[in-house]
Amino acid sequence: MADVVKKATRESYGEALRDLAEQYPQLVVLDADLAAATKTGIFKKAYPDRFFDCGIAEANMMGVAAGLASCGKIPFASTFAMFAAGRAFEIVRNSIGYPHLNVKIGATHAGISVGEDGATHQCNEDIALMRTIPGMTIINPCDDVEARAAVKAALDFNGPVYMRFGRLAVPVINDAATYKFELGKGVVMRDGSDITIVATGLMVNEAMQAAEALAADGISARVVNIHTIKPLDRELICKCARETGVIVTAEEHSVIGGLGSAVAEAVTECCPVPVVKIGVNDEFGHSGPAVDLLKEFGLSAENIAKTAKEAVKLKK
Amino acid sequence: MDSAKKKELQKLACKARMGVIEGTYNAKSGHPGGSLSICDTLTYLYCDKMNVDPKNPEDTDRDRFVLSKGHTAPALYSVLALKGYFPEEEIKSLRHIGALLQGHPCIHIPGVDMSSGSLGQGISAACGMALAGKLDNKSYKVYTILGDGEIEEGQVWEAAMFAAHKKLDNLVAVVDNNGLQIDGPISEVCSPEPITDKFAAFGWHVITMDAHDFDDIDRAFTEASTVAGKPVVIVQKSTKGKGVSFMENQVGWHGTAPNKEQYEQAMAELTAQLKELED
Repeated sequence: MADVVKKATRESYGEALRDLAEQYPQLVVLDADLAAATKTGIFKKAYPDRFFDCGIAEANMMGVAAGLASCGKIPFASTFAMFAAGRAFEIVRNSIGYPHLNVKIGATHAGISVGEDGATHQCNEDIALMRTIPGMTIINPCDDVEARAAVKAALDFNGPVYMRFGRLAVPVINDAATYKFELGKGVVMRDGSDITIVATGLMVNEAMQAAEALAADGISARVVNIHTIKPLDRELICKCARETGVIVTAEEHSVIGGLGSAVAEAVTECCPVPVVKIGVNDEFGHSGPAVDLLKEFGLSAENIAKTAKEAVKLKK
Repeated sequence: MDSAKKKELQKLACKARMGVIEGTYNAKSGHPGGSLSICDTLTYLYCDKMNVDPKNPEDTDRDRFVLSKGHTAPALYSVLALKGYFPEEEIKSLRHIGALLQGHPCIHIPGVDMSSGSLGQGISAACGMALAGKLDNKSYKVYTILGDGEIEEGQVWEAAMFAAHKKLDNLVAVVDNNGLQIDGPISEVCSPEPITDKFAAFGWHVITMDAHDFDDIDRAFTEASTVAGKPVVIVQKSTKGKGVSFMENQVGWHGTAPNKEQYEQAMAELTAQLKELED
């Protein structure tokens, strides 16, 4: 395990923007005084003329992005998830979502793994908020390889996209050489027949480890990586519901309105089976090291395995 | 401005006002007061100043317009119809189910450059359009109209800071200073005054204008065209409800549609004004 490469997806975001800039001349990047943290500073260094710092004014930044997009630019409006989806929600809805403009929102520092900054900056609500906007695509990549591919996919897609990146360095679990990203398609990371673990973001790696532990206990767990939360790959989710009869969802987000809710909504319509959600429960986070917080809030392989064992018993 | 052109614009503005009354009457809702206060400015922009062509509404070199005070869409729609973007008949189905003309401007309506209506947002989009123009070395101008009540929104001042910092001299914002907002006079609700001083302090070139005098409108926008290195704000002194006697300066006409009797009286007044201009 010593050679596991770890990287924060925000870093992948900044690098991908820089690497794709030449191929996409309409790409411009906006930030709200957080370029060092969101890693758009990487882009800024390489393309200073295509980078615009809007200052600590996220509402205006989203509106400026809308105006740029209406004139053919592909703006990546970047800030922390809390401010992108939270503070600027209504501007994203009315100035970007309603006119369906080609704005890409790069939301970093999502979830509890923000760590020491504490509850004010730990955004566990952004997926829920963005899901309610008609026509909004939501991507939550699980590692460096997927994050880079997501940026490229967002560029090739015409319409608003919300991309969710993390602060914490996480293991690179995909192979860059063979990886293919398909917007709106879930990925079966590991097959299994007793239960499906549907995970997103940094919980995908935890789910893989949980499946390994479950196998040792004689439970065959399928692991599905949902990088595109909206539009959801309903076909795959419903197939998993039919074939494994029970689902556990795992996300670094509130259990209200996120991946778990989306999966449950789909399953109740196509193949009602038990769906047990792992995420941040109906509570605020607090300060502490990210890795400790993830454990404390049950966002771990151990908790997934434990929950899955119980969930299997719910099968009829 | 020569007198023939001035008379032509006055006639068009009068027709635009008739469209506002026609639209809000048939919709049984809408915002006639603030629509009537911007009819002259909108008529001037679309029928004289702006480089726009209804036959080529997506021309990338065109001037842009964002109605940041989006609730006054009836005025914008009337002028767009007069300009030929869509049939004038559409005005009668404003706000109806299945209608082209939504209660607030929608980008999918021919001639509308940006969806707007949630106050404070349009000016940010206008900043983005102006920034895109700078990036592409295009010479188009971006115009936006805000309400004086609207500028109580904090986002307006985020945008004001941004526009000045980025030296968006291709942006002209008009503040429609009719002095009234929904809850009463702006001076009593939560005063945004002194408006000119605030924009000047934010680094904008400030012009004041009589919103109902085409000579003065022409003077103000001509001056705006000469400004380099900073964005321009035109604070226009206007009369809410302008052109319809019983609506003028009445806060109650912010968001109330005329009934049949009021509709007939308003149309009679505007028809008389038009006849006078045509004689």
